[in-house]
This record gives sequence, C-alpha cells and structure tokens, in this order.
Amino acid sequence: MNVNERHFEIRRATRASRVAVFVLLIVAVLVASFPYWAGRDTLRDFTQIAAYLVFAMMWNLLAGYGGMVSIGQQAYFGIGGYAMLILANYGGLSPFAAVPVAGVIAVLIAVPVSLVAFRLAGGYFAIGTWVIAEVFRLTLANVSWLGGGSGASLTALQDIPRSLRESLTLWLALAIVVAAIGLLYVFLRSKRGLALTAMRDNAVAANSQGVDVKRARFVVYLVSSGGAALAGGLYFVSNLRISPDAAFSVNWTAFAIFIVMIGGLGTLEGPIIGTLIFFLLNKFLSDFGTWYLIGLGTLAIVVTMFFPQGLWGYVSRRFGLQLFPVGRRVVFLDPGAVVRPARAESADPRHAAH
Amino acid sequence: MIVEAILETRGLTAFYGDFQALFGIDVRVERGEVIALIGSNGAGKSTFLKALAGLLPASAQQIAYRGEAIGGMPAARIVGMGIALVPEGRRLFASLSVEENLLLGAYSSRPGRWTLDTVYTLFPILKERRHHPATALSGGQQQMVALGRALMSNPDLLMCDELSLGLAPVVVREIYAALPSIVGDGMSAIVVEQDVQLARRVSKRFYCFQEGRVSLAGASAEVSDEAITRAYFGAVT
Amino acid sequence: MSSLVNILLQGVLLGALYALFAMGQSLVFGVMRLTNTAHGDFIVLLVFVLFVLTNLAHMPLWAAVPVLIGIAFCAGYAVQYTVLNRVSSRDPLPSLVVTFGLSIVIQNVLQEVFSADPRSLATGGFESMSITLPGGIALGLLPLLTLAVAVVATLFLQWLFGRTPLGRVFRATSDDREIVQLMGISPRRTFALAMGIAFVLIALAATLYAVRTAVSPSDGPALLLYAFEAVIIGGMGSFWGTFLGGIALGVAQQIGFYIDPGWGIWLGHVLFLALLTIRPQGLLPKTA
Repeated sequence: MNVNERHFEIRRATRASRVAVFVLLIVAVLVASFPYWAGRDTLRDFTQIAAYLVFAMMWNLLAGYGGMVSIGQQAYFGIGGYAMLILANYGGLSPFAAVPVAGVIAVLIAVPVSLVAFRLAGGYFAIGTWVIAEVFRLTLANVSWLGGGSGASLTALQDIPRSLRESLTLWLALAIVVAAIGLLYVFLRSKRGLALTAMRDNAVAANSQGVDVKRARFVVYLVSSGGAALAGGLYFVSNLRISPDAAFSVNWTAFAIFIVMIGGLGTLEGPIIGTLIFFLLNKFLSDFGTWYLIGLGTLAIVVTMFFPQGLWGYVSRRFGLQLFPVGRRVVFLDPGAVVRPARAESADPRHAAH
Repeated sequence: MIVEAILETRGLTAFYGDFQALFGIDVRVERGEVIALIGSNGAGKSTFLKALAGLLPASAQQIAYRGEAIGGMPAARIVGMGIALVPEGRRLFASLSVEENLLLGAYSSRPGRWTLDTVYTLFPILKERRHHPATALSGGQQQMVALGRALMSNPDLLMCDELSLGLAPVVVREIYAALPSIVGDGMSAIVVEQDVQLARRVSKRFYCFQEGRVSLAGASAEVSDEAITRAYFGAVT
Repeated sequence: MSSLVNILLQGVLLGALYALFAMGQSLVFGVMRLTNTAHGDFIVLLVFVLFVLTNLAHMPLWAAVPVLIGIAFCAGYAVQYTVLNRVSSRDPLPSLVVTFGLSIVIQNVLQEVFSADPRSLATGGFESMSITLPGGIALGLLPLLTLAVAVVATLFLQWLFGRTPLGRVFRATSDDREIVQLMGISPRRTFALAMGIAFVLIALAATLYAVRTAVSPSDGPALLLYAFEAVIIGGMGSFWGTFLGGIALGVAQQIGFYIDPGWGIWLGHVLFLALLTIRPQGLLPKTA
C-alpha cells in the first residue's frame, strides 16, 4: 500500500472526542449553577473532586509526560495550603485570591528544590522527593505560630456567611479545574507538548532532534508544582483547617497514583475518568476503612502488572477511543477505508525498544 | 547413512515487536563445518544468531539442533546444550575482571578442553591482564575475552557475530588466525562478517542475507564476486 | 565534652541499625535496579511474623530467629519471582507503583490483624543491659550487638560479591541481564535469589529493631526513608558506603535529637539533602 497513491488528510478530532468536549462544556455550565440549587454536600463533593483531579493531573504531567515519577508532590500541595493560609490570615488577602498567589509561591520554591531533586534519577528521584516533602512537613510541625503539629484554622473566612463562602469556593474550584484542563490541553497540542512526548519516549533521541531535555524537565516540574499548590490551596479553603500531617501526607500522591493507574498514564482524559471512579469508590467504600485500602493497594498492583496502560488506557486502545485529541491521525479518504487512530498519545513509554 | 547436520533452520521467522526481521530462513550447518553469513547492516544476520541462541522467540520446529527442535527454548538452556554466541559488540561485563568474565563463561559446566589455562594459551595477553576490568582493555583484547568467554562453555557450535567490528585490520587478522585451532577438533561454527573476503577465506560455505531473506548460498571458494555483490545489495527494480 | 562523645557514640550505634536496614536495599538496587517502596514495610511485616512465632507459637527467641530467617528467604524469593520480576525493568514506574501498593496492603493487613498499637519483644532484660565506659558513658549491649551484626553483614556482602561465583553472577546480571543468559544464567532466578538474601538481612534488622523499640504497623515508610538515605549518603554500589551512610545518618539524627527532640529526624533529612547537593556521588562511590 503506497501512501503516495491514496488521498488522505491529517485530523485531530474523533467523533468521540467532539462529543466529549461538548459534554464537558455542558457539565461545566451545570456545575457553575450548583450554588443556586444543589445541596451543601454536592458543593463540597465537587470541590474535593476538583482538588484530587488537579493534583492527579499534575502528577500525571510530571510522570506521564515529563518522565519523572515523584512520591513527593504532596510537598507543593502542602505549600499551597500553608501559603494560602498565611496570606489570608496574616496578609489580609482574600483566601480566594490567595490560592493563585500560593501557586506562584510554590513555583518559586520549586526552583531551588529542583536543583537538589534533579541530582537523582529514576526510582531514587521518587524517594528523594518524598524526603523533601518530609522536610517540609517536619519544619512546619515545629513552627509554633502556625500551630505546630496540631495545625491552624483559616480564620479569614469567619465573617463571611456560609452559603456565600461555599458558593465562592465552588466557583474557585471550577475555575481552577477548567484552567488546568484547558492549559494542559493547549500546551500538549503545541510544539512543546510534542517535544515532551518525544522526550518521554526516548530522551536521547529527543535531545538529538533539538529538544532541550533538561530545560523541558525543569519547566514541567515547575508547572506541576504550581498546579499541585493550586489544588492544595483550594482543598484547604474548603476544609478551613490545615495541619502538617494532612497537608503533606504521602496519601495524596498515593491517591494520585491510583487515579492515574485506573485512568491511564500520559493521557489527558485518564485522570478525569480515574478521579471520578476513585471518588465513587471512596464515597461508598471508605467506610470499610482498612479493607478499602487493601482493595486499592491490590488493585494498583494488579492493574500495573496486567494493564500497564491503566484500565481506561486498555479500553481506549481496544476500542480506539480518544477523548482529548492531542495526537494526530492519518485518515484515508477512500470510500470504505478503515480509519485507525494513531497511537501517539496513549503511547506507553516502555513501548520504545531499548 | 546421512550424517545429521548439527544445525538446521526451516523457515525461521523473527520479529521485534510488530516489525518482522526474518522472513523464512533455511540454513544448514554440517558437523565440523565453518559457514559464513554475510550481508549489509540490518539484513538480519545478528537477528538470526540471536534467535538461535534463544535471545529471541521462535517456533519450536523452526530450529533443529542435532535433530531436536529447540526453537523458543530459553537461552540459558541452549548454552547448556552446546551452542555459544559471541555477541555483536563484545558485551563484556563491565563490573568483572578479564578472568571473572572468562570464569562466568564456564558457569554451565560443560566438559571439554576449554579451560582458563587453554584460553590463556590461545590468547597469552589475556593472562597478563587477567585482573584488569574487562572493559579497560583495547578493542582487540576485549574481543579475545568475548571469544574466550564463549569457548569456556565448551560449545559444539560456536557463533561469532562480527568479530571484526571496530577493530584494526591487523588485529582482526590476529583474532581470525586463532580460528583454525579453535575449530580444529570438530567444533562447528557460524561466522557473521561484514568483510566479505575475510568471510570467504575462513568458511567452507556461506549464506548471503538481504532484508531478512537468504539471497544467495554456496561454496565460499567457488562463487563469483559479481554474484555476491548482486546478492548483497539486492536486485535493482 | 563527654556529652559530645556520648552523642557521637549513641549516633554510631543508632546508625548501625540504619545501616542494617539499608543493606538489603543496597543489595537489591545494586543487582536489579529495583526501587522497593515497601522495603520498610517488609521489615515491619517480619517483626510481626516474629511476634507470631514467639507469642502464639511460644517459641523461644533463639529458635524463632532462625525460623524467621528461613521464612524470610522463602518469602523474598517468592515475592520477587512471582510479582516483582514482572516489573523489574528499566522503567521505574511499574516497580514503584507495585511496591507502593504492596506497602499499603501490608500496612493495612497488619493493622487489621494486630491493631494499630505498638508492641515490642521482651527478652528478659537484655534490651536494657549496658556496659559503662570510663567517663560515665553507658553503651547498651543491644546496640553493640546491632553494630556487630551490621559489620558482619557488610563484610559478608562484600565477600559474597567480590570473591564468590554467586557474586560474579550478581554483578554480571546487574551489568547485562540479556547477555548473562548466554552463560546459562537465569536472570529471573538470580533476582529472586538476591531478594531472598535481602530478606534475610531484613529479618536480622527486624529482630534487632523489635527488641529495641515498640513497633506498629505504620512504621514502614519511615524505615524506608532511613534505609534509602543511608544508601545515597554512602554512595550507591558500595556496601561499606552504605554502612558509613547509615552511621552518618544516625549521628546526624542523634545531634538533632540533642538540640531538640522535634528536630532529630529533620536534621537527618537535611544532612541527606545537603550531601546530595554537595557530593551527589556519596561518601564512598563505586569507582568502576
């Protein structure tokens, strides 16, 4: 089959993806209207989902696109929470405005941290970032004016009527989620995004093609950290109370890993699907305490061993579904030609022959 | 009585993931014979040796060793049966010394005349450098270590993948000068070489590979240069 | 002055335990480049197996420990062969996630079965025996035993890797797991054997740990970090390096505890990060 002899064009969107984008827009509008009719629990649920989702997306960006697996991103989740608290309680800033500022602060902190963290690679990078997160946790646990080990309350929101506070929190959550998804989508479709995918698949080859691997990794680390801080700031605006153990708990990364394992690494829709499933599991099964966690752990083991693409990844490859089309496909325009989506986007980093 | 070939492949195919590298190779090695495989880069010669050595999956019936179907057997078992590979690029163990590399070759404990002492007699320079890290030696000496390591398993079939790779001609000659004494007592050998004249000199028969297929086979001494060139590069469309 | 010496000595003794925690991880990472996030949890798991042997099966300690070692070797071999071998490739993500999952499963199963309460092993007073040096410094017998075991373990591993055929196999498999098959060696069995030995080391560490402190199911992650830090501080690829790394970590923590109990572990982490910044190859990096 000689490609030159057939008419074809390059397309991005699939029918499934067009439907998905449409559905998401509707959902966004629906969520924005929540404060007018939905119950308190629903508002709170959405904010929680948003925090998990954004954190998982940022972990996915770092691991699935940057090729850097970290067990320490909770450091920035906690920094986001504490920075927001400090700015709100002591800086006179509105907590809702403090969240984005906290994101910027996290990025500034991430710069020197990356210099240390990047000394390690692979599995040891992962554990090293965990140590760094522990340093933040222990430091804050020893700072008494922030409540030390027992934590502090977000007093800046005391005077706002509860329903207004909850509405603003929800809209903030929605804004952050939309911004995160939107920015990532645009970024990954761009030239830089393609460079990232190349880098993940084979750093040496990418380097030889002019991709500045070191710089790209650095940028991804910063973006991921900033995003994690937004998630953290958001979470504690909703929670009203922060403590070092809650803010810097490794469980955040554990949940992100589970979400990404369910949803599939390195896709844009993976974390969304993964978060929804995870949240449902959480809501209905977490009463079972330790058994729920045993189940999650076992699921992670089984999925990694037998479905390395994640459960959604398995489904999407099997049926050719791709909701966020950041890859390109060749579509033959002959009548009766079979259209097969390209594998670029959900490509398994381990696929590249070594 | 028909003498059984020590090795015979029938329609051998090989894949790297979705990519097919070999399209049905029929090769035969008689006992005590040295045959050569020639062909350009990417023709499939190394792939062929890897499949024989058990490093690549194959169907059982596609490879017969002493009449027994061994395709797809794990490499660790195949070396125990008497097939040894000197891999392309030497692939010495960097954390081990020269002597340790050689000793590791004897792990499968097959009886035979090749021991540390006989290898050192064959390549005296290695004895001088026995405790040096293997990768600290010159290219030619590393090739000697790789060859010695394969010999230590006392194979009945020795397979050499591009012994001359990256070596100066004078060094290549030195290494190939040792080949007759190696195969002298009945060992069979498959020699993969890019240098066609060298391959013809050391072998009785040859096969030419081209894009995963055998394009020419014959007696090394008799075939014309012209025929080889045609088979090597493939027909022009 | 004597208090400084005391801090250093106590630090060395604490560090010996960390060195023992780290030996298994050094071995496993050296042979198969596996990052085992559940390393600390395996230590805790073996502690609880020991509890079962001594409390439920009423075995005396001197009999329970060899049994524990036997169980540990088999468990390590089995875990590697069946689960971890599938994920021991160049990509660190699968092994990280799988061992992370194992970590969570182990912690929660232990909690289900044994409750979250810390418990320790009674040895009829041995854990509080000490000898007193001139100058009034007391050195506990248990920590001294730990130091001795750590030194012996390091010597053993050094000997195993440097002078035995098995050590050659380990080093070669770590260098090139494809070509090592051409020598008749099965990488999968080699990895399982390495993990089995690592588990034996973990069993020794678990025993000494359980006698020394009260252990609870959630202790694992902290132990993992100490082990990991010891390996990095000491330099990867060197067992003596890991030993020194453990000692250095113990001393740093002890100094931190002396300044203020809340800063003990923090100082250990900070030392680790500082060393990582200034001398990333560690104290005794492998020169090859």
